[in-house]
Amino acid sequence: MRWIWIDKFVEFEPGKRAVAIKNVSLAEEHIHDHWEAYPIHPACLLIEGMAQTAGILVGQARDFREKVILAKVTRAEFEDVVTPGDQVTFEAAIESIAAEAAATRGTVLCNGQPLGRVDLMFSHIDQNLAGVEFPEENFVFTGQFERLVGPLLEPRNG
Amino acid sequence: MPMTEQEVFEKVRETLVDALGVDDEEVTPEATLTGDLGAESIDFLDIVFRLEKAFDIKIPRGELFPDNVLNNPEFVQDGKLTETGLSQLKERMPHADFSEFEKDPDVNKMAELFKVQTIVNYVKGKLG
Repeated sequence: MRWIWIDKFVEFEPGKRAVAIKNVSLAEEHIHDHWEAYPIHPACLLIEGMAQTAGILVGQARDFREKVILAKVTRAEFEDVVTPGDQVTFEAAIESIAAEAAATRGTVLCNGQPLGRVDLMFSHIDQNLAGVEFPEENFVFTGQFERLVGPLLEPRNG
Repeated sequence: MPMTEQEVFEKVRETLVDALGVDDEEVTPEATLTGDLGAESIDFLDIVFRLEKAFDIKIPRGELFPDNVLNNPEFVQDGKLTETGLSQLKERMPHADFSEFEKDPDVNKMAELFKVQTIVNYVKGKLG
């Protein structure tokens, strides 16, 4: 089972903007170690949730052909903690996108209230400037991420 | 009204402070991007994106920070740039100052060509 830190996309504007949610639960194993007396959803997983929301937005903009890798956390600031029972919302927007990389801006909400900001940069590693070669098969988009966003990309009927 | 060199420098400085998380005082014209300001390869792309936005210019890939020089055997031999390599690089980087580098064109010292002033010169050239 893969490392997936968002539950569902609720909005998706190809090439522009995406919104995803994550429900934090006491049933998640790691939270009992973080920490037993005071369970908190780790901030690093909030960054990862944004990275997945924004990374899928960036990947879909190129039809999932590129291997989109998180390359830089330009900014990550949180005003408060997230605890079991909270619903986190990740809103990501593409700021720039080029052949080699993309930059995204994002806000994080907790139960609808502003929690923080996460701005990221992604690399399309097959287009890297150093000329390093990677295996042909796309190990980033193997199906799981695409299935998350699939329903929002389908054309509406009627 | 065209921008003065000082105005360009100040805007470039703001861009570098945002992209690299350094303080204003650290961004001097002679500061090197990788050595003094700690920039890494992904930061170079971030800098290009931000400069395009800040100055409303288009920066084609390889124009500000040339690529495909180090992996060309005609340009590099025994860890140093060849005559051909050096003149190619000079042609592609009219915005850089080669006076120090050409005394010892060691590949490992190439990063020193990328100073804050290099970016200021490039932007001024683009703005006309």
